[in-house]
Amino acid sequence: MASRSTASGPRSQQNFMSHRGYLYFKIAFALCLLAVIAYFASDPTPVANGGTVVGYALGTISLLIIVWLSFLGVRKRLMTSGKWSLRGWTSAHVYLGLSLIILATLHTGFQFGWNIHTLAYVLMMLVILSGAWGLYAYLSLPIKMAQNRDSMTEQEMLVELDALDKNLGKAALPLRKEWVDIVEMTIRQSKIGGSILSRFRRNPSSCGTAKGLAAFKRIQTNLSDKDVDLVADVVAILERKKAILYRIRSHIRYRALLEVWLSIHIPVTFALILALVAHVFSVFYYW
Amino acid sequence: MSAAAHAAALNMPHILLEKTDHLSDTIFKYQLGKHIMATPSQLVLRSDVGFDAGTRENTLEMWQSAVDTAGVNIRYNSEVTAITGAKGDFKLTLGDGTEILAENVIMAIGTQGNPNRMREPGGDLPFIQYQLDDPKAHFDKNIIVIGGGDAGIENALGLCADADQGNRVTLLQRAPDFPRAKDANVKALLSARDQGRMDVMTSTSTVKVEPGWITVSVNDGEERLRCDRIIARIGSAPPRRFVEGCGIEFSSPDREAFPVLSSQFEATTEGIYVIGALAGYPLIKHCMNQGYDVIEFINGNDELKPADEVLFVEKFKKLPNPNDVSGWLNTFRESISIFNPLSELQIREFMLDSDVKMFRPGQKIFERNDIGTSLFTISKGSVEVEVDPNDPSKTVRIEQGSIFGEIGLISGRRRGATIRAAESCILVEVPRSAARKLMSTVPAVKTEIDKIATERSLLQIFGSGLTPADVNDVLQTAEIMSLKSGDVLINEGETSRDIFIIRYGSMVVEKLIGGKPVFLNYLPAGSYVGEIALLDNGQRTATVKAAIKSEIIKLNGDLFEALLNRNERLKAKLEDKFRERRNLNAHIEAQKASFNSVVDLNSSVANFLVEQGLGEATDALLIDETMCVGCDNCERACADSHEGISRLDREAGVSFANIHVPTSCRHCEHPHCMSDCPPDAIRRAPHGEVYINDSCIGCGNCQRNCPYGVIQMEKVPPRKPNLLNWLLFGTGPGPGQPDAEWIKGKASSDKAAAPKKAVKCDMCMGIDGGPACVRACPTGAAVRVSPEQYLTAAKAKD
Repeated sequence: MASRSTASGPRSQQNFMSHRGYLYFKIAFALCLLAVIAYFASDPTPVANGGTVVGYALGTISLLIIVWLSFLGVRKRLMTSGKWSLRGWTSAHVYLGLSLIILATLHTGFQFGWNIHTLAYVLMMLVILSGAWGLYAYLSLPIKMAQNRDSMTEQEMLVELDALDKNLGKAALPLRKEWVDIVEMTIRQSKIGGSILSRFRRNPSSCGTAKGLAAFKRIQTNLSDKDVDLVADVVAILERKKAILYRIRSHIRYRALLEVWLSIHIPVTFALILALVAHVFSVFYYW
Repeated sequence: MSAAAHAAALNMPHILLEKTDHLSDTIFKYQLGKHIMATPSQLVLRSDVGFDAGTRENTLEMWQSAVDTAGVNIRYNSEVTAITGAKGDFKLTLGDGTEILAENVIMAIGTQGNPNRMREPGGDLPFIQYQLDDPKAHFDKNIIVIGGGDAGIENALGLCADADQGNRVTLLQRAPDFPRAKDANVKALLSARDQGRMDVMTSTSTVKVEPGWITVSVNDGEERLRCDRIIARIGSAPPRRFVEGCGIEFSSPDREAFPVLSSQFEATTEGIYVIGALAGYPLIKHCMNQGYDVIEFINGNDELKPADEVLFVEKFKKLPNPNDVSGWLNTFRESISIFNPLSELQIREFMLDSDVKMFRPGQKIFERNDIGTSLFTISKGSVEVEVDPNDPSKTVRIEQGSIFGEIGLISGRRRGATIRAAESCILVEVPRSAARKLMSTVPAVKTEIDKIATERSLLQIFGSGLTPADVNDVLQTAEIMSLKSGDVLINEGETSRDIFIIRYGSMVVEKLIGGKPVFLNYLPAGSYVGEIALLDNGQRTATVKAAIKSEIIKLNGDLFEALLNRNERLKAKLEDKFRERRNLNAHIEAQKASFNSVVDLNSSVANFLVEQGLGEATDALLIDETMCVGCDNCERACADSHEGISRLDREAGVSFANIHVPTSCRHCEHPHCMSDCPPDAIRRAPHGEVYINDSCIGCGNCQRNCPYGVIQMEKVPPRKPNLLNWLLFGTGPGPGQPDAEWIKGKASSDKAAAPKKAVKCDMCMGIDGGPACVRACPTGAAVRVSPEQYLTAAKAKD
């Protein structure tokens, strides 16, 4: 029967790093090891470059890997049947992508210059770097995002915000005109989302709610008896609104962080493929 | 109408008496534009009047023109108030005093009699109506619906369905709850109330009605409510008094009983034939066929086979002499004990849903751990049950006339043993829904099946060469108990020696450690509990409570002990289990000082999952929040693997300890959605998937019955351009469920919009590679699990 603890959760579940017992790590590692051995075992004349036997081999392998890696975008969106798993594809994408750092660098033979060949190399390294950042984000952010969300959906957060705005409107009715203006300002100027940069800010200085809350807190210090409770109501709602705004903005921020690297990773990949076409074409044309 | 049309075709003198000034009043009174189904689809229509699925308007128009062309002799506004006389010389008295003489009478009056009218002062005011034709015709009104039956609830829901109509609807119900309405309707009503779409007043009765106002009496006095319209659905006069007045007997005094009929639909008064809903056949197609058939019978055609005859010939085609349908039906009725109490018409209807199968000696019927919830009955031959999974030669025989597979039917669990044909067999396989219907309509069948099931589960669970004779006295005192979710079966520390078998549902076992309940184990249906106290000192060592609604067989401890003393092997087996369980308990007791938060966490995770309905799940989607990047590729994959609608909502649902239970089907052991599906469209596939087939009529019952909110009512969106077109040229909405805007734009260019249908997860049944949500997860956060794997996957003892 049961032993002392029973719920073995997805904690033991494999993620894309550990997929099939680190299979793709092993493959990528073996590939790199082989490349390094071949590189140092061969005796290139006059110097190591992409035109030697080892150089061609490394170049061809790297090219094939790059083309294959870029097909992840198609694989992800093409829901065909069959025994494939996207987790496996991601796993291979990460490890084989990282292995390119070694494979392609050896392919260059450390010959760099102001030419299309080095441009391709630089673009590739940019793609890998952005990918590495994405890897970091994928591994570290989900848990933070889940904790911030706390089982609420994005929609639910927005509904709550809307409800608070309505309550604010009601609570403001008995207030004086200049205070009502502040409340209206908090409703109008508490923007969420928007431009790319604003998606990263959790506490934007322009936030109407923060400004309004500060204003009412100042007002609270000097109030007539009949206004104390009324203003306290408004402040209480504004506090809640500030909290939910922080949660929504955090949510948007995490989502943005999980996506922003793709805006480098994907376009540069296309540039890389174009550069590679030029690189391969020129190498064979001027041979 | 169908009968009259056929009589006209045969030039038989006839008259069709219509109570109102139009044909088919029941359908005439349907809400405008209501879609009418033509089920059962495999049944051929045999009538001079056509019928096909369509709207209320199309159907009525088609019938009117068919009746006109057939030259049917109709007399409208002719309500029959009495029928006297006997076969060959009936006298029908009409409402206006006219008398009509007839040789035979066909009664097809349905069950929709006169509606009951309001008797309170002001009950005759013109703003009171007794039916609702078109809920969309009412705008911005205070509407009072009186009556908490199905009709009242459906009307009230119709009136407040569209918030833009601005109706303020209040439903008044005399009783404190809604005993007469369908469960699904009550749920829909209460949820509409909770969402603030309408008001519901129970324990409320009408005192008087004035123009624009209604005064009602509530528990603490009277209340005057504004109302622009009253819709009173306070039942209809049962036609029983009238029918019995014609000398026709009913099968029982039960309110829902039907008249006693011969196989030719002739009632106990010879010459009166009863067909349609009054005879127990509410489906239009049946009624129309019966009208045709009865005219043939009256015309002296005793050879006429019912319209479903061809279906039976097809069903029986592997049997010798498949054309002798009634012969075979009689054979089944007589040879199978649980069918004995059925009437000729009942077995006919019932067999239509069942399957006849033949097996060669030694052929496998089903295998241990197969998923299957159908019931098998043995008409000829016998079968052998392999009682020991490790030794196929050990078998127990089940003889001709008996049944098997009943444990799967009751518990919803996988088959407990492999069963083979012992000799050439003819078996009748009864699907779960048909078997349940049979059990509810014929109580004797239920008692018999329960008795057999209890005996078998006892023999199967305890094994050890027990025979039915051994367990007889234990069985005599066995008691079946129902528990609600959370009910406690055994309290830790109490003294009692009874043994319990879980027949349906599941249990969780907990032990108090330092004042906190620690989750010990999860017990699925088919396991037993309580043996520690029996073998030890009678004191319960842990608390056992129901994870979900469950049924338990309680066995008397003393009698069971006597059984153990007679059977050494069984005793040894139980003692083994007992030692194992007690060691665990002792281990926990010894270690409790060093128990840390890990155990706390594990038991609270288990409790959370049980609360989320994983206790009744067979396969649920869970998401590890430490890995989920929120890309929603699971939802997109789901939509693209099916007809464009995602059957899961990743973000919705609750989380605990980083395990997220998204809104997605758990494929329950006893799916709540299946309980009230009119076309029986929700099925369980051989591998356990609960799916909805194409016969869905879009009624929404399953959506309301699902406690987990995983069924949606959706229209199938139009086809999207393929992925390459989107990737290269940006045409179409891209992967995943298209947004409402795109569907709207696209649908307006397409022709008629499809009706809404129920959509739910089918675990990607039939798709190579398995569930798309799991395959399409880029990080491995999404997994599908069953509760046994998840909750009982015991970690190694440390």
